[in-house]
Amino acid sequence: MRYSLGSLLTNALTGNRNWKPVWREPEPKPQYDVIIIGGGGHGLATAHYLAKQHGITNVAVLEKSYLGSGNVGRNTTIIRSNYMLPGNAPFYEWSMKLWEGLEQDINYNAMVSQRGVLNVFHSDAQRDAFVRRGNAMRLHGIDAELLDREAVKKLVRFVDFDNARFPIRGGLIQPRGGTVRHDAVAWGYARAADSRGVDIIQNCAVTGFRIEDGRVIGVETEKGFIGAKKVAMSVAGSSSRVAEMAGLRLPIEAHVLQAFVTEGIKPLLDTVITFGAGHFYCSQSDKGGLVFGGDIDGYNTYAQRGNMPVVEDVAEGGMALMPIIGRLRILRSWGGLLDMSMDGSPIIDVTPVNGLYLNAGWCYGGFKATPAAGWCFAHLIATGQTHPYAAAYRLDRFAQGRVIDEKGMGAQPNLH
Amino acid sequence: MRIKCPYCGERALEEFTYRGDATVTRPESLEPSAAGAWVDYVYLRDNPAGPHKEHWQHSAGCHSWLVVTRDTRTHEILAIEFAREGN
Amino acid sequence: MSPPQINRLRDKGLVDRKKVLRFDFDGTRLTGHPGDTLASALLANGIRLVGRSFKYHRPRGILTAGSEEPNALVELRTGARREPNTRSTTVELYDGLNAASQNRWPSLKYDLRAATQLAGPVFSAGFYYKTFMWPAAFWEKVYEPLIRRSAGLGRAADAADPDHYEKMNAFCDVLVIGGGAAGLSAALAAGRAGARVILCDEDFRLGGRLLAERDEIDGLPALEWLKAAEAELASLPDCRIFRRTTVFGVYDGGTYAAIDRVNEHVPVPPEHAPRQRLWRIVAKQSIVSAGAIERPLLFGDNDRPGVMLAGAVRTYVNRFGAAPGRHVVVFADNDAAFRTAADLAEAGIKVEALIDARRDASPITQAAAESARAPYFAGAAIASVRGAHGIKSVLVTEANGHTQQFDCDVLAMSGGWSPTINLTTHLGGKPVWDHALSALVPGDLPPGMAVAGAAAGKFALTACLASGEGAGAEAARACGYSPSAPARRSPAEKTEPASPLWQVEKSRGKAFVDFQNDVTASDVKLATREGFRVPEHVKRYTTLGMATDQGKTSNLNGAAVIAGLTGRYVGAVGTTTFRPPYTPVAIAALAGHHRGTDFRPTRLTPSHLFATEQNAVFVEAGAWLRALYFPQAGEKPQETVNREVATVRTKVGVCDVSTLGKIDVQGSDAGAFLDRVYANTFSTLAIGKARYGMMLREDGFAMDDGTTARLAEDHYFMTTTTANAVKVMQHLEFCHQVLWPKLDVQTVSATEQWAQYAVAGPKARHVIEALLDSGQDISNEAFPYMAAGAFTVCGGVKARLYRLSFSGELAYEIGVPARYGDALMRAIIEAGTPFGIVPYGTEALGVMRIEKGHAAGPELNGQTTAHDLGLGKMVSKKKDFIGRFMGERPALTEVERASMVGLRPVDKDASIRAGAHLVPKDADATAAHDQGFVTSMAYSPELGTWIALGLLARGLERHGEVIKVCDPLRGTELLAEVGSTCFVDPEGARLRG
Repeated sequence: MRYSLGSLLTNALTGNRNWKPVWREPEPKPQYDVIIIGGGGHGLATAHYLAKQHGITNVAVLEKSYLGSGNVGRNTTIIRSNYMLPGNAPFYEWSMKLWEGLEQDINYNAMVSQRGVLNVFHSDAQRDAFVRRGNAMRLHGIDAELLDREAVKKLVRFVDFDNARFPIRGGLIQPRGGTVRHDAVAWGYARAADSRGVDIIQNCAVTGFRIEDGRVIGVETEKGFIGAKKVAMSVAGSSSRVAEMAGLRLPIEAHVLQAFVTEGIKPLLDTVITFGAGHFYCSQSDKGGLVFGGDIDGYNTYAQRGNMPVVEDVAEGGMALMPIIGRLRILRSWGGLLDMSMDGSPIIDVTPVNGLYLNAGWCYGGFKATPAAGWCFAHLIATGQTHPYAAAYRLDRFAQGRVIDEKGMGAQPNLH
Repeated sequence: MRIKCPYCGERALEEFTYRGDATVTRPESLEPSAAGAWVDYVYLRDNPAGPHKEHWQHSAGCHSWLVVTRDTRTHEILAIEFAREGN
Repeated sequence: MSPPQINRLRDKGLVDRKKVLRFDFDGTRLTGHPGDTLASALLANGIRLVGRSFKYHRPRGILTAGSEEPNALVELRTGARREPNTRSTTVELYDGLNAASQNRWPSLKYDLRAATQLAGPVFSAGFYYKTFMWPAAFWEKVYEPLIRRSAGLGRAADAADPDHYEKMNAFCDVLVIGGGAAGLSAALAAGRAGARVILCDEDFRLGGRLLAERDEIDGLPALEWLKAAEAELASLPDCRIFRRTTVFGVYDGGTYAAIDRVNEHVPVPPEHAPRQRLWRIVAKQSIVSAGAIERPLLFGDNDRPGVMLAGAVRTYVNRFGAAPGRHVVVFADNDAAFRTAADLAEAGIKVEALIDARRDASPITQAAAESARAPYFAGAAIASVRGAHGIKSVLVTEANGHTQQFDCDVLAMSGGWSPTINLTTHLGGKPVWDHALSALVPGDLPPGMAVAGAAAGKFALTACLASGEGAGAEAARACGYSPSAPARRSPAEKTEPASPLWQVEKSRGKAFVDFQNDVTASDVKLATREGFRVPEHVKRYTTLGMATDQGKTSNLNGAAVIAGLTGRYVGAVGTTTFRPPYTPVAIAALAGHHRGTDFRPTRLTPSHLFATEQNAVFVEAGAWLRALYFPQAGEKPQETVNREVATVRTKVGVCDVSTLGKIDVQGSDAGAFLDRVYANTFSTLAIGKARYGMMLREDGFAMDDGTTARLAEDHYFMTTTTANAVKVMQHLEFCHQVLWPKLDVQTVSATEQWAQYAVAGPKARHVIEALLDSGQDISNEAFPYMAAGAFTVCGGVKARLYRLSFSGELAYEIGVPARYGDALMRAIIEAGTPFGIVPYGTEALGVMRIEKGHAAGPELNGQTTAHDLGLGKMVSKKKDFIGRFMGERPALTEVERASMVGLRPVDKDASIRAGAHLVPKDADATAAHDQGFVTSMAYSPELGTWIALGLLARGLERHGEVIKVCDPLRGTELLAEVGSTCFVDPEGARLRG
């Protein structure tokens, strides 16, 4: 059912009894052209673009829990393309362009809100690094503006300018950055893919791969064997565990990133703001809660929860930046599992197993990448060719030394 | 999380610095044939869901590097020893 | 003159009637008593309308008497202390309290935004996702601002929080969470056995439900027992009681986080006292005795002011002596709730009817009805509720289908109780469904945790006391104590299976599941129809359970609606995950003192006082504050820096370099160890010499640089950059302890032990000579460039001298024990004054290092190799060292890589700015032509022009080429000539002189 003003009113007048399920709940077929493991944002976007851009609709998305139960529903909803390195910038900018057209593409309002992403800086050295990044963005045709202290003040008047340990000297803003209603991304892509015939199968964990002569021919699941010509992994947070079933070892560690939301309040913060003297980023949701986060906890984990030191560290960053929020209360905290890769950048590539494709290693950046990751992964699966925007995200870059290390932290996943 | 440093006793998480997988071994060979082993050592990880041997330093205490065996699903700590004893 | 407390009950409750507290609600001055909450005081004043709901702006009153309250939220206090969304049910009344209703416009009584509910059918669950897409550009400009303005509840404070917060650690054997009957029993049992006990309760008074019911324990009124229990706990040697303290989270290793509202019950905290305290409690054992939360029933207009939970009605009557109304109808599906009728009758409040949802009449409830002289209807239900701003009457459908209207101003309802199990799930434990109780009870518990009382589903008081005592004794035993045998036995379980109603099927109006977020039963049904069938989907689609109460009263009712529609039992549907915090926690409390200038520690250099006296301008360098420059009267910043540089280049200057990391390396294998951590060789370094070293990461990229001196055969002294001091230390310790534990070497950080100054300039030797005690020779022959040694200065002070130069001039670094740092700086100035010495700061230091082309932080950015930095020839090919093998990978050695170059503007007056990118001279500023960027820049007083360092593709081959420097961010473009990185004295004659 297409969503329109008309359909909304018609349904309202008939007691909303005629809305149809947003997606079917099919039983798996014995054989598909493509199986996508992981019904999160990336997997569902991949399914949508496979169907829409490449006409491949005999596709199943297998999700071990409910669709959207992974990081697409656990992040801080920020989208941006303020990347510096040539391997990253065009990819994330393509993602931003897809975000900008998303609602019309999938007829679903994911509330893409381009309210700007502001990074404040606190020293000359930090300014220079931000300028390097901002100029790289401009050279790639990405919007970026350098703000002085006064301009930052105009944007976020309640930020601590006068009593700060690390006074704010200015900021770099990407006006087209912003936020998206995260769950709606999963639901919107799911609905769009489903409407083109993709089977979304929830509560269907993959338990193994069937590989013959170096080629994958299907997957073992909780609902039995399902055959496929191609199998694509899109299971950030669990990539190592799933890849291990195919005998692969990845340059990835699983870590937990906590996120926080306060009680709802009337509009206070109209942009996304990130602190430069600690790790803290924050926006206000349309419901009114401040949504924020900071560093990962920093140790390997598969438990979707964190510990107190990071909770306190994030709160300290928040108070140092915006002491006006002190009496606002944190309503909920949660954790999501990240694929922390060895250079802080993702992988979209073929694997040593024929017909098995990998989309992994998204670190903090998976949500904002959702549309482009789906787009490029679908391209790779459909054509066998790496998409130009994702050309740098090769698995062999570590052996080659072609790492994409925005932060310059080296092979230490918890520092990216 | 609390870690029982064999030297200092049980201390809070914030006193420790994490490094990662303690099962990987630095190759000794500099021959080109060792390239695979070096990539494995520097970049590839088992990343298990379950017991994980990992390096932590008691950086706000005695500075000992420790090998901690910890279940990555529950954070239960199963064993702790000085890293130098593991060698 | 305040109005009288018209609904205050005579001779009832635990409030202190002798004292009167004045408070304001929406500008009206009212009164209450110590022991009141804001909610009980409002009810005592006859106020029923307290707030507005989130989406429909429906009038709302007080539903509960605890922290689960979804409706009666207020803005407490004003200005910088304004606290939005504060639950009036937990606010302890104090004299001068000021509260205002929120989310209403223009007033609480007449809220124009309530018009949204007329369009309710359009604003059904998930309507946002289906609309607001046309035209595309309207979302940010029109729809979103509208939604944002009508959403949210209260307003944030106007200014920075003026109060203090602190953090504390506590350790105990047994932590008891919740001080009701079970918790007190547990604390007593554990404490009597000798265990160190901490008992936390969120309320300002211990007792839990004992305060709200008219129970007896051991033949005495429960309040007597409570008094005795409190007294005994206070007498135990190691039992601490934290009132007003909510344990809000469970973390690994027996760590519990709690928030202590130290000074929330006063208008303003006393001077220097905290408003709140964050406790990190480490407990060997814990007992969750957090009680249970009553569930509302689902029927039309169940949200009207005056519709309250039955247990809350009893709390207000029995504990606070405040009548929620004068004519009450009780509607419930369990016997316990109908006790309300007896309590009301005893307090002289008219009970109009008892409406029992159960088909079969219950003898117990029948008796309660008789004692309250009220009619009793079994198998009946509420069909509709009248009264928008406050309930006026209800229409009851009897079992036979007849309807009957009852006038009332309170409807006390109960759908049974849900154990408060939130804390038991924070480490991932899943609750399990108890069919007999029709409730979720704790499943797998965190290590060391037990659950007692109503939280464990033991709702009867005797069972509650017994389970508390048993859990307390067991916890003490687990900690190594020997508790005496329990005095109480748990009675044989004979509880009737619960038969929850969940939902009145035939009822008019919106039946609210989540009161605050305005999620109705039909919203949940719609979501289920649309395919959102698991609780997490329903929650995210409808916002059920996402309000400030996190679904404490609504989650299970939501699951029941889903269950009804999908043909499952409620337990099979389950619930969403509970997450910390149990109740919302102020951000400032989690930050504690770490805000403002105390956000992070500030490290001061040994010469800080001196620099302050010299009017230095300081700059943050990591945690350090360093002198940036030393302005003299009338100077502009650039003039100051130019003067400082010129003085060093022509005379002499002194700079505090104590912030550099310093590491003492000793042992017979010290040289071999350094050979393995540095890319170049140190074992061959002569004693009394220093050498510049480059350290790589194991992945082959540059990590850090610095000089290391050999002071003896088995003794080296390493310096690192300021930024990497800690990182390098940790790295060396890893290398030694993990990689090569057999090497005989020890490392220790000496950064804080040594004050170190660079004395640089043609006259530097004269200055140092003036400081040295007599008989020590530092002539160029005796102490040449890169020499290092131990000396004494200023009459016997041990000093180390290194002939190192960052500036390119004849220069020394002199180190003395840090306690002499201030004195040495003053001595250097005194000794140097005849030679025209000036102190110089990091800005001049930076200018001179750029003039000399030394890599620093902007170039050592973690993305460059030694070769990129022009130091490729330092990298040994003869040995293994950290980074050797991986540094030889193709991408790290290919000629296309960007390497460090010097840049001079073609137009001598133009300035190159760091962060600008480099493209070929005739190319457009686009990514395709991007060949590098400017890392550092400075004005060189010596050359009289701006100079810069950059990283440029194939840079070493391109000396002499003119390229374009693009800075689109700041809108500039200029041409620059590529050249050597060394702009001044490339032969190095000066530093060897």
